[in-house]
Amino acid sequence: MLLVLALAVLVSAFAVVRTKHENRALVAELETLRVERERLEMEWAQLQLEEATLAHNNRIDKIAREQLGMTEPRDYVIVSAQP
Amino acid sequence: MNARPNPVAQPVSVWRHRFVIAVLLCGAIVVLGRAFQLQVFERDFLLREGNKRSIRTVTIPAHRGAILDRRGEPLALSAPVETIWVVPSALLESPAHVTALAQLLGRKPSEFERFLKARIDRKFVYVSEPLSPAEAKRVLALRAPGVFSEPSYARYYPAGEVAAQLVGYTGRDGHGLEGIEKAQETVLAGRAGERRVIRDRTGRIVEDGLEFREAQPGEDVTLTIDLRIQYLAYRELKNAVIQHEARGGVIIVADSTTGEVLAIASQPGFNPNNPGERNSKGTRNRAIVDSFEPGSTVKPLLVAQALELGIFQPSSLIDTGAGTYKVGALTVRDVHPQGVVDLAKLLSKSSNVGAAKIGLTLGAEAVWSGYQRFGLGEPIYTGFPGEVAPRLRHFTEWGQIATATASYGYGFSVNALHLLRAYAALANDGLMPQIRLVRGTRPLPPQRAVSAATAREVRRMLEQVVTPEGTARRAAISGYRVAGKTGTVRKVSENGGYDGSRHQSLFIGMVPAERPRLVGLVMIDEPGTEAYYGGLVAAPVFSTVMQGAARLLQISPDGTDAPELTPVLPRTVAFPAGTHATMEPRT
Repeated sequence: MLLVLALAVLVSAFAVVRTKHENRALVAELETLRVERERLEMEWAQLQLEEATLAHNNRIDKIAREQLGMTEPRDYVIVSAQP
Repeated sequence: MNARPNPVAQPVSVWRHRFVIAVLLCGAIVVLGRAFQLQVFERDFLLREGNKRSIRTVTIPAHRGAILDRRGEPLALSAPVETIWVVPSALLESPAHVTALAQLLGRKPSEFERFLKARIDRKFVYVSEPLSPAEAKRVLALRAPGVFSEPSYARYYPAGEVAAQLVGYTGRDGHGLEGIEKAQETVLAGRAGERRVIRDRTGRIVEDGLEFREAQPGEDVTLTIDLRIQYLAYRELKNAVIQHEARGGVIIVADSTTGEVLAIASQPGFNPNNPGERNSKGTRNRAIVDSFEPGSTVKPLLVAQALELGIFQPSSLIDTGAGTYKVGALTVRDVHPQGVVDLAKLLSKSSNVGAAKIGLTLGAEAVWSGYQRFGLGEPIYTGFPGEVAPRLRHFTEWGQIATATASYGYGFSVNALHLLRAYAALANDGLMPQIRLVRGTRPLPPQRAVSAATAREVRRMLEQVVTPEGTARRAAISGYRVAGKTGTVRKVSENGGYDGSRHQSLFIGMVPAERPRLVGLVMIDEPGTEAYYGGLVAAPVFSTVMQGAARLLQISPDGTDAPELTPVLPRTVAFPAGTHATMEPRT
């Protein structure tokens, strides 16, 4: 009986050690994941910003008019097709 | 080998025995006492000191929410930045790095070295503006001694000057100082969280969850504006202001059924991304914080009141004579004499004499209550910081002259949104919606200003304004019927009277006329070149912007179909024509 109890104590002691260790490992992992999330959020903000800058109406307006030679007709304009 | 006889153990004298025990006891007492002292008296202090060395409080930063337009395009975003700082004495020890760093930061090496030498005693000197993380990484890659970066968040405004006065900006500490950034501070800001953790010697967190307060990130704020229309409106306004060498201008486009503002811009502008441009001139949202006398643009409201009271009919004729009309000491003048006109022609030619005669026939009280119906005496309640309250004196303070001038829009002042709201009532069959800038809040139900029949009648008359015979031929949009009204308001000069050379050109209108979905206002302040009439200066801007807006929102020419706009709210019971008049016509 005593032997069984001693064994049980020993086993539970090891289990405690193991759980503690696992706990710490998981906490460390949680921490790295938090940092990762932070980084990704920052990146997301950056990408949104970049997209907004590239898609800015002013820029598109300029490119369409100057590089692509487009215009904004006020009304229907009939353009004769090239032969 | 003979063993020595074991000496007979002499009994130790008693005092020695006691002495040893006493010494040991003393030792034990000292040890126990010390333990007692540490455990009981200094426990708290020691525990604190121990925790100080292993337990750390980590703040969890709360991100500031973004400001978005109605389609989710960002107007204000927080993004990470890094600011480079150096320890001058450490950096100066390696001259090669000083040169390299100066080049990366875009400064002259010699000047940069002098800058550092002047601050050699300091341990912390910022040497750059906030940089993007990529740029900061490049600087740190030099591995120069004594160079560090400090991460932080900066607020960016991707739309730039286009929506600058509406969105506003934050200060360096990240709190809103102007515009929506200030108005919605509590929603945007969020609350930083905190947690206490145990770190090991290398700085890793080994135990978490001692105490925890979750961070509450700021919420996003969605505005009612549509960035595409906002851009179009701002571009056209800016072009017009430059073309006419004007002092400034205002443009607003709103959904006439829900009162949601789709575009609101003013000139002069500023770039919110450049703190140096934040002067009071450019940052004023003149559409909301500036008031002006509305001039001829109130004539349709007066006519609506006259029809509503039944004192005038659409067919009533008014003799405007030779274009002058004396009221006491005041002479009301028309630009072109019109003779006998009906109400539609009165509006399309914008006759001051005609308006003054209607006003005097109605009497001060009826004119005043007519303006009250259209909310000209009531704040807009946009929640925007610095919204200017209207100034409409009570009719008991009005004399004959004040009644006459009020009839054609002088002697009281409103801001641009007031006029827009009043016209939205005309556009929305008499129901005046609440003007809103922020989405997501429950709108107040619209108020009835006039009956649907009156509103339709006035709209029909306002269509005449946008014909070759009217004052605003240039507000016409091909394919759509437009109703609107011009205004050319003389500004008050410094010495009290009205200035003959300084004007505000106004145009307010709605598209499509038979079932309006959009209502727009254009105001150009002090056009400097020859033309200053609302029909020549403001109307073309209106036409271009509203055409673009109608196209972007896919509004059908008859107004029945507008897939991009919010569906019309179920209306409260519409009053049948005539029964809603709160005042009995005077006999």
